[in-house]
Formats: sequence, C-alpha cells, structure tokens
Amino acid sequence: MSDSLISETMKDAVDIVKDHANDDHTHDVDAGDVSAAGHDGHDDHGGHHSSLGLSNTKLAMWLFLGSECLLFGGLISTYMLYRNRHSENLGPDQLWDIPFTSASSFVLLTSSLTMVLAVSAANRKDLRNTKIYLGVTAILGGLFVAGQIYEFTTFYREGLGFTTSLFSSSFFTLTGFHGVHVSIGIVMLVATIGMLQKNKISGDKAEAVEMVGLYWHFVDIVWIIIFTLVYLIPA
Amino acid sequence: MAIIERPAETPEYVAPAPTASGNYGYLRRPVETEGWRSWAFTVDHKKIGIMYGAVAMFFFIVGGVEAGLIRLQLAGPDGTILSADKYNQMFTMHATTMVFLFVMPMAAAFANYFIPLQIGARDVAFPRLNALSLWVFVFGGIFLNTSWFLGGGADGGWFMYAPNSSVPFSPSNGVDFWTLGLQITGIASLVGAINLITTVLNMRAPGMSMMKMPIFTWMAFVTQMLLLFAMPVITVALFLLMFQRSFGATFFSVEAGADPLLWQHLFWIFGHPEVYIIVLPSFGIISEVLPVFSKKPLFGYPFVVFSGAAIGFVGWGVWAHHMFASGLGPISVAVFSVATMAIAVPTGVKIINWTLTMWGGKLTFTTAMLFAIGLIVQFTVGGLSGVTHAVAPSDTQQTDTYYIVAHFHYVIFGGGVLGLFSGFYYWWPKVFGKLLSESWGKWNFWLMIIGMNLTFGPMHIIGLQGQPRRMYVWTEARAGEGFFNLGFWNLVATIGTFILGVGILLFLINVWVTHRPGNSTPDAPADPWDARSLEWITSSPPKEYNFARTPTVSHLDEFFHRKYEDRADEPGADGPTDHTAHNYVQVRTGEEVIQIEEDNADPNIHLPAPSYWPMVLALALPVMAYGVIYNTLLIIIGAAIAVMAMFGWALEPADADASDFDPKPDGPDDGGETSKELANV
Repeated sequence: MSDSLISETMKDAVDIVKDHANDDHTHDVDAGDVSAAGHDGHDDHGGHHSSLGLSNTKLAMWLFLGSECLLFGGLISTYMLYRNRHSENLGPDQLWDIPFTSASSFVLLTSSLTMVLAVSAANRKDLRNTKIYLGVTAILGGLFVAGQIYEFTTFYREGLGFTTSLFSSSFFTLTGFHGVHVSIGIVMLVATIGMLQKNKISGDKAEAVEMVGLYWHFVDIVWIIIFTLVYLIPA
Repeated sequence: MAIIERPAETPEYVAPAPTASGNYGYLRRPVETEGWRSWAFTVDHKKIGIMYGAVAMFFFIVGGVEAGLIRLQLAGPDGTILSADKYNQMFTMHATTMVFLFVMPMAAAFANYFIPLQIGARDVAFPRLNALSLWVFVFGGIFLNTSWFLGGGADGGWFMYAPNSSVPFSPSNGVDFWTLGLQITGIASLVGAINLITTVLNMRAPGMSMMKMPIFTWMAFVTQMLLLFAMPVITVALFLLMFQRSFGATFFSVEAGADPLLWQHLFWIFGHPEVYIIVLPSFGIISEVLPVFSKKPLFGYPFVVFSGAAIGFVGWGVWAHHMFASGLGPISVAVFSVATMAIAVPTGVKIINWTLTMWGGKLTFTTAMLFAIGLIVQFTVGGLSGVTHAVAPSDTQQTDTYYIVAHFHYVIFGGGVLGLFSGFYYWWPKVFGKLLSESWGKWNFWLMIIGMNLTFGPMHIIGLQGQPRRMYVWTEARAGEGFFNLGFWNLVATIGTFILGVGILLFLINVWVTHRPGNSTPDAPADPWDARSLEWITSSPPKEYNFARTPTVSHLDEFFHRKYEDRADEPGADGPTDHTAHNYVQVRTGEEVIQIEEDNADPNIHLPAPSYWPMVLALALPVMAYGVIYNTLLIIIGAAIAVMAMFGWALEPADADASDFDPKPDGPDDGGETSKELANV
C-alpha cells in the first residue's frame, strides 16, 4: 500500500469525524428555528433532523450491535461453561489446528482493513474503488467462511459431531452463529456492490457503505474474542 | 435501511426528488387511505399503535379465559375441569400470553402512539421497521397459539425450566411452538426497541432536551433499553433449547454432564429485567396522569427520571433472587439478596414522588386518576411482599408456593395492568376523540380493584399455608382448619377472578357504549383534562402528520406553560404564597394554543409512504417456524420469502408514484390542503 493512500485514508478518517461535528444542527429556540426540524430530510446524510447530530441509521446500527454483544455474550458464556466437558480424545487439545485457524483469522482481520478502505473511498465519492474494496472484503470474508467449513468438516471426520459432547455442541453453536453473521455480512457486501452498480441507494451512499462497515468490523471483533477464548487459551 | 419519506412539497406540488420513483421497476408503494389496506400496509405510528393495542387486548381476553379455567379448576378440592396435562398447558400459556402477548405489546402500543407525539416528531425513526415489529408480533402471537390445535400448548411453565422442558418430559410440540413463537415475538421487541430508542434520542423537537421530555417517554425509553439488552439473552436460551429439542444437542441434559442452572441463569438474566419492562411503562403513564389530576407538576421530575434509570441498571443485578432455592452458594445468595433490597430504593423513591405529587393538590378523581392511585396502593403491596423474597431464608420457604403467585400478580397486575387502564381512560379522548364514560369507568375500576384483591390477596394466605403453585388439584384432607382453611380461600380467589373478569368486561362495554353507532355523546374537547405535555398540542385524534407545525419546546410540561404564565413577580398580582414562589395564571385555553399552531402550520409536510414489505417479511417468520417443527421444505420456502421481502424492502421506491394518488396531486379539486392530503397517504 502506498504512503499516499495511507495518508489519504487517515485524512479521510479525520474528515469523517469532522463531518459528524458539522451534522449537529443546533437549534436556537429563541430564533424561531422551527422549520428545520423534521424537514431537512435531504441534508447530507439523507436523514431527518437529528437531536444528537448522528444519523438515525447509524444510531440504530450501533444499538443493534450493542444488542448483538449480549447475544454473543450468552453464547460465549455457554461455551466457556462447557469447554472442558468432552470425552478424553476429542477435546480442544486434540482438535485445534492453531496455524490454520490463525491464517483464517488473519484473512478475516485483513478484510477489516479493506472495509476501511472501501468506506474511505466511498467518502471520497470514489465509486470505482469503493466497489473494488467491497468486493475484496467480500472475497476475504468468503475465504474465512470457506476455512470454517473446511475446519468443521475436518472435525467431523475426526469424530466431533454437533451432538458428540457438550463441548462440541457449544463450540459448533458459537462458531456457527459467528459464521452465519459473516455470511450475512457477505450478502450485505455483495448487495451493496450491486446497488451501487445500479445506482439504487436512494440515500447517502457513503453512509450505506459505512453501515455495512460497522457491522463487518463488529463481526471481526467478535472473532478476535472467540479466537482468543476458544482457540488460544489452553483448555 | 434508508429513511423513506415523502419528498418536500409545497402547496403547488413539486415533482418528487430525483432519487425517488422512476428508475425502479419494482412494485409501487400502496397509497390507499381507506379500507383494510390503509391499515395493513400503514407505516403511521398512530395506526400501528392502535393495532398493537387491539391485538394485545384480544390476547388479554385469551389469557383471561385461561386464568378463569385455572381458577375454576382450583375452586374446590379435587377439581375435574382440567386434566393434569391441560392444567399445565393452561398456566404456562396463561403466563406466556399475559406477559408476551398482552402487557408488553400493550406497553408497545402506548410507546408507539405517544413517544412521537410527546417529543414533537412526525413519526418514529424507521416507520417501515415499526410496521415490521407490529406484524412480527401479531404473526408470532398467532403462531404461538396455534399450538392449541396442533397437539396442545406448551406445558413447562412460563420460565420453561430445562431439562424439564426437554423432549422426554414434554414430548408434545407445545414447547417447540413456545420456543419458536417467543423467538419471533422477540424479534418484534428487538426491532421495536432499536426503532424507539433512535426516535427518542434523535427526533426530539427543537428545544426538547432529555430533561424536558415528558415522563412517559422517559420511562418507555428506559424500557426499550432493557428490551434491547434483554432480548438477545433469551434468544440464546431459546436457541439452545431449540437445538436440544429439535437437533439432539444436550445443553441441558444433566445425564450428559450439563449444568442444570444454565437455563435458569440465561432465562432470569432476561427474566428479571422483563419485570421492569412490564411495570416501567405503567409507571410512566401514571406519572403523567397524577400531575394532571392533581393540578401540580410532577414532584421531583429528575428523581423520577433517575430512579427509573437506576431501576434500569440495578435490574440487571438481581436475577438470581429467582434462584435462591437452587443451591447457588452463600456468597451469591448474599450478594443478590442485598442487590434485591437495594432495588427497592429507587422503586420507593417513585412511590414517594407520586404521593407527594398528590399532596396539597386539587385532586380530581376521574377514572384515570383512580387507576393511577390504585396502582400506587396495589404496587406497594406487591413491592412489600417482594422485599420479603429478598430475605433469602424467608424466600426458600415461600418459593414455589402461592405466596409467590400473590406477589407477582400484585406487581404485574397492580403495577402494570392498572397503569395501562389508567392510560386507556386518560388518553382515550386523544386517540379516538371521544371520552369514555366516567360512570361505567368507575364501575370498571372498583370491580377490578375488588376483584384483584379477592383473587390475589388470599393467595398470600394459602401460599404461606403451604399450597404449592402449579398443582392441578388440592385435597380437602390437607386443607387446614379455621381461618387458614385452603378451601375457603381458594373459593374466594375464584370468585374474585370472576369479579375481576366482569370489571374488565365493563371496560369493553364502556368502549362499545362510547363508540356504538348512533351514540349521541359529543366529541371530546381538545384538552379535556387541562393536560400538561406535548401530545395535547394538536387536534384529537391527531392528524396523520401529528403537528400542524413542529413545536418548539422551552419547558418541561410545554403545553401547561403555553396555557399558563407565571405572574408571581408582577405588581398587583396576588404574589407568592407561603407554599410556592409561582403564581400561574391561565392566559389562553388549550384550544387557543392549538389554534395558534394551526394558524402557523408548516407549508411542507412530508410523511413516509405505506409499504407492503413489512407484512410480507413478517409472514415469512412463522412459515420458517412451522418448518422447524414439521418440514424442512417450509424453512426453505420461508427463507425464500424473507429474502425476497428484504430485497423488495431495500429496492422499494422511496415514495409512491405521483400518478397513483387519488385525487391527483395537481388535480382540479384540491385546495390549499393539498400537501397535507397527500401527506395522509
């Protein structure tokens, strides 16, 4: 990656933050600034007047991700409770292939970088690079899911089915939920590319890309936690 | 998830913004303003709120019939009305229906209808998601209740303790329906929570800071926050149970080495916040009603706000008091015991605030006010018996007896349902433009209060006497003597249930009497109660666009401050009395305030267009759920419908096509109201 691209991206990140500061429509009550509320539906972010200066969509996405934290919290707790409840020869120590999972984790984390680049390109209104980076993100995500399918298949061949033990059930449930989240993310990425291609995003395009990005980063962060707790900590 | 709204229009009508329809080759958006389509595809928060309320009321009756059957069975010794199996299903479905299909959606009805009105918004943040919440809830509720016709309802109790709810102990499909049904209604709650929180945080009228928000909106906001974080936890538990029952996992099978407390923890981490999800909206309602009928501002508004928020936080740290008898160990029990006593403090703060709001006020005992006072009294009873549960040694004696049943009915019926009824009477003229009859209302109130005390009061006695909950019969041989005779008090409770039922029937009769065709009752005045908050600064029922112009807020109790001005400092006024530094004098009536708003109506009002997709997407969920139980093919069909609906949703034109409107926007017969008429669509 060239230095100029890095500096461009950094500058862009700063601009995004500044941009949000500008979003804050402060209303001077005494000035009778009434008409602005609920009417400026066609401002930069295609949203309503907003009391917080944050667009509705973005706020909603953050709330949703907050809720998702509890979902994964419950699943991770269940796994941590049951991770030692397995038969002698089919536990984490016998099954894990740390180099392989590290590689697929690296792929997933790299996809976060390309996602950032896509958001940055979208903020520059550079549609071509936006689509390219979104595509690369989707491909990296696809590689990760493929790696997970390969891993699941291997475990299954070694005798670890979904119902083999409490450990296996909670492992497959946790990582399966995460895999489904990644897959949904890929669908979102591909759909976003398609809608950008056909110009079917009626609001702010950069924000639509940023929403997908928020979700994607969240799923990545969850994987960091899963990778640490499930794979790296010895049983 | 773009926000769909009508493009800005002037009375002369301007062509839709370029981003709108035209380049979309998909279904047009519906435009009907009358008939069932105007309800089925609406995204108007007010219509959605009314539908939420109507469906919740239907499920209230269903749950009530179930309660009546339970009490009939227990009226005398060795009851024969229900078999043991049917009795299990009855109490499980009674609780499930009342909690998930009546109180929560009824609170959602109030939140949907009044949050936008109270914060001066034209709609919620995501109108289509709002419609999705409604239809997902409706279809989820119907799905859950179809289990009655497909092998029997769920029979594991509303907290469905696993492994008791796994296949060997509960072989019918009832628990599957329960698991999947609650997943579906959980989606409705989660989507609704995201939507309403965004609305409250982001769509307040100019000048309305958080601490100037009407108190009902505040309490509903805390409720939605609790839902946002509680629903995913029960979702995990439900998924695990579904995997156990349908796919052979062993998460809860003790013989496979599972921890029998896993389900209990997951359930109650959701389940205890759920208690506050049930009562906080009602607390908000009566915090609106009490000041209005006391002619005083709410005493200590910030305390009510922050104690509500404190309940929201501490509510997460008390779940294990539902599990004192499960052998948690002394440290856990001590910690949760203390936390449970601690949460009584912010609750007590609220009760004091309500009482002091009434203190020295000019009280008017309307039906709404009576229900509000009824809540304070009955909830205090429930709160006090709750404190006795916080004492763990006492709780281990009470647990699984009718004493617990008495406690939570005083809390949920006394603290939740009475508040909802207070809201019905208070806001009925706002929503439907007619006042409910006060004379029928008084009968309604007193029969409900007498009925609930006769029903649930004796349960304290029979519980402490040792009658276990969930037993389908009791026998004369062990009923005890004299005052503590189980038979006598069980009969009283059953009689009480039917008095309570008649009380609720009177409400329905009241609604019918008020709205029956040919009723000569005049329309309600615009400000029948001399109210205080923002939702009254508009006509009743409100127009589709809510406010003629978006109100600018400078006070808590904005409507009051527009009607009354403080003359304490003026020479010649009566001057401050000993009790207050204010001397509020009415300067204009509510009607005049509303007239000022209408005279200065905004020229441009744009509202979201209706949509087919929320209902289609919601329909996909029960199809998939039936698939999990019966046939994998149905899962695929349901998923296909869902995916199609999501794409239809995302690609839907931002607006209805101009040529679809009737009358045409630029047609000959439109007057100056054109933009508003259009906005109605």
